Amino acid sequence: MEGLTLSEAEQRYYCDLFAYCDTESTKKVAPNGRVLELFRAAQLPSEVVLQIMELCGATRLGYFGRSQFYIALKLVAVAQSGLPLRVESLNTVKDLPLPRFVGPKNEQELRHTALYSSDADNSTSYSGVIPPPPGRVQVKKGSVSHDAVQQRTSTDQQESTSPVVSPQQSPPTSPHIWRKHHRHSSGGNNERPIAGPGPLWTPFSEAQPGASTTGDPIWSGHSPPPHQENWVSFADTPPTSALLAMHPASVQDQTTVRTVASATTANEIRRQSSSYDDPWKITDEQRQYYVNQFKTIQPDLNGFIPGSAAKEFFTKSKLPILELSHIWELSDFDKDGALTLDEFCAAFHLVVARKNGYDLPEKLPESLMPKLIDLEDTTEVGDQSGEVGYSSSPAEAPPSKSPSMPSLNQTWPELNQSSEDTAIVHPVPIRMTPSKIHMQEMELKRSGSDHANPTSPLLVKPPDLSEDNKMSTSKFVAGNTVADGYSSSDSYTSDPEQIGSTVTRQRSHSGTSPDNTAPPPPPPRPHPSHSRSSSLDMNRSFTVTPGQQQAGVAYPPAVPPRPQPTQGAGPHVHRPVDAEGLIAHTSTSPQQIPEQPNFADFSQFEALVASGVNEEEEEEIETHSEVLQVEKPSDSSGSLRVAKAESRIEDKAAVNVPVNSGKGTTPLAPPPKPIRRRLKSEDELRPEVEEHTQKTGVIAAVLASQPSIPRSVGKDKKAIQASIRRNKETNTVLARLNSELQQQLKDVLEERISLEVQLEQLRPFSHL
Amino acid sequence: TIVAYILRALQNYPLYIRSIPTENELKFHYTVHTSLDVVDEKISAMGKALVDQRELYLGLLYPTEDYKVYGYVTNSKVKFVMVVDSSNTALRDNEIRSMFRKLHNSYTDVMCNPFYNPGDCINSRAFDSMVTSMMMQVC
Repeated sequence: MEGLTLSEAEQRYYCDLFAYCDTESTKKVAPNGRVLELFRAAQLPSEVVLQIMELCGATRLGYFGRSQFYIALKLVAVAQSGLPLRVESLNTVKDLPLPRFVGPKNEQELRHTALYSSDADNSTSYSGVIPPPPGRVQVKKGSVSHDAVQQRTSTDQQESTSPVVSPQQSPPTSPHIWRKHHRHSSGGNNERPIAGPGPLWTPFSEAQPGASTTGDPIWSGHSPPPHQENWVSFADTPPTSALLAMHPASVQDQTTVRTVASATTANEIRRQSSSYDDPWKITDEQRQYYVNQFKTIQPDLNGFIPGSAAKEFFTKSKLPILELSHIWELSDFDKDGALTLDEFCAAFHLVVARKNGYDLPEKLPESLMPKLIDLEDTTEVGDQSGEVGYSSSPAEAPPSKSPSMPSLNQTWPELNQSSEDTAIVHPVPIRMTPSKIHMQEMELKRSGSDHANPTSPLLVKPPDLSEDNKMSTSKFVAGNTVADGYSSSDSYTSDPEQIGSTVTRQRSHSGTSPDNTAPPPPPPRPHPSHSRSSSLDMNRSFTVTPGQQQAGVAYPPAVPPRPQPTQGAGPHVHRPVDAEGLIAHTSTSPQQIPEQPNFADFSQFEALVASGVNEEEEEEIETHSEVLQVEKPSDSSGSLRVAKAESRIEDKAAVNVPVNSGKGTTPLAPPPKPIRRRLKSEDELRPEVEEHTQKTGVIAAVLASQPSIPRSVGKDKKAIQASIRRNKETNTVLARLNSELQQQLKDVLEERISLEVQLEQLRPFSHL
Repeated sequence: TIVAYILRALQNYPLYIRSIPTENELKFHYTVHTSLDVVDEKISAMGKALVDQRELYLGLLYPTEDYKVYGYVTNSKVKFVMVVDSSNTALRDNEIRSMFRKLHNSYTDVMCNPFYNPGDCINSRAFDSMVTSMMMQVC
């Protein structure tokens, strides 16, 4: 093989081409496939290609070494300029243009090529033009020269008058002779047109000529900006005859200029080109324009543009629906079907770019990513993207997919607001009131649950439970969320997220609800108790207890409407033998718990206070539920209810006092025992359920036993204060009760675990 | 392994189908169509629980091949059917479920796009890439 002398430009160009073909990064051998593809892109007849390959020795060697590759490239250039292929021509032909290749490249390159490819194309309208792959003449580093630039400028002007039509062909396949340097110089122009979309979609053409002239000076005197990627020079459509004429001259210019200018201007170019590195960056004027457009649709800059409005708007751009669909996919970062300001700007920018002939990227470019400020999962794309609610403020709401418990912690305030949204099971009508009483109650409950939780070795996803405990105790409303939490805790880990994502859009629900609604079946439990327990409002008030929850997982812990005080109290769950009289009572009215004014029971309960530990628990449950009910009335109804509540509390308080005194803070041991007495071994949770039902029954009974609550009393200021005091006492009692129940739950769960272990041990034998 | 994903709309016309290798697509169309009967049967049996991840284990359907068909239906009665080669024993139920979940999520993303009219064939690149990645994962 003869020695090959390459000009500097050629050297660089070939080197890049080789790197491009060197897909295996061997740096020595270019795989034949790539090379052949390249040569095909040169648009030479196949026999010429074969001849080239033979000449360069690749056929002999079977692969393309670097030298073979270079020779081949040179031969391609020779062939493309119409000279006969001869080995001698390698070195003898001077001023050989760099080989031109037409062919698709990856979009990344295309974007950059687009960046640099403006020139005459720029001058013409950009609408739908300059089709991506085959259309671009790439400029390799190499060749801009002052003279060439100026000449180019003139030709640019010339070209600008050339019919707008030609660039508008979609992928032009005919090889063109657009000089790369020509392309290159106009490289900078592409930024300009993009920068000035103007208020109209179509008349880009006017921008172009100006742009190209402005662009050129930048390039003049510079060697072409360092290209970012391996490029292959692409040919392009516009008429080239004029360019051809100048070409020989420019080539020479290139060589001279190149050698001179490169060193000095390299840095400058690099600096400038760095601003061109990111073809997707939005300039300020663009951004301003987009913002204005956004305002025309949605005056609130922090608001959203709904999908339909955005659809109309972007349809005006006359891009095909498919592309608009793709643009939407890229720009709707949080996948909520609406566009924030950032998303809208990104979408608009993409549309503009597309109209200018840029290819749409596969992924949203970094500079276009919306700035998600408070989202934790900001950078996660796709499914993981923060599912921001429709209001801008919940930006801080952790995205639904963030499963961390801390996020739940943070979000429970949002849960407050969005408790209605959770609505997976039932909408809980209770609103969290800011009234002091309730806040205090909630605080108490929460503290109570806090006490309980750390100690309880909650089996089922303890963090969920604790969270749910907190939520349920503090909210009472969050029955839904808790239910969800539990059901999810039974089955899927994604559910905490769901709970946390109540603020977010429904998609989060739909995405995770399939999981939620199909939880693994709860452990075998007898129905009667469950149904009973679930029918009791104990579920509602004690959603904290997972055991119970599991029992009532199918039941929405919604707050049933407040039934009127029904003294009679309905059927009741069986009651443990412990508190006889009390049991009788509770058995009569378990379902009256939700009944608010049923404080008649309370007086009865009072009578039975002395009966024992269970009573206290029941009473605590009563107070608990009572407090619940207290909350509810105050939430919803106001003074009247408050009056009722007060009177209720009065009665209750009276009962509470004796009981409180009689009980320690951790009466857990006694309660479980009696319960266990009844317990069948398989049925761990039943006792708990039963106990709860008992307790609810007790409370109901107590409530029912108070027939006429003097409502008039409430109007008395002193009475109010007294009732407040009583409420507080009740709260503490209930909190304690709660903690006790937690402890019970823990014990029961332990039992359950042990039983399950036993079962597991027995199971292998069953398979024998 | 042979894997196919087919998405069918409410009226059981296909919204999307992808299979590897692609030449067997017609066969998968047929298979999925027959399995739709089973899907419908399960839907009606389910009652309230609409969202369901079911498994249709067909076993040796034909003497020449055996594969498993998994079904999944959304609340809007859009059915996802996945056919996998039985030789691919590594695929566990959990994985199938997670794949369906991902499919569902991607489908909702497609739905969110205002330019997508429900009932159109799904032309979303993101959806395609997600499905491709899943299939690559399996194969």
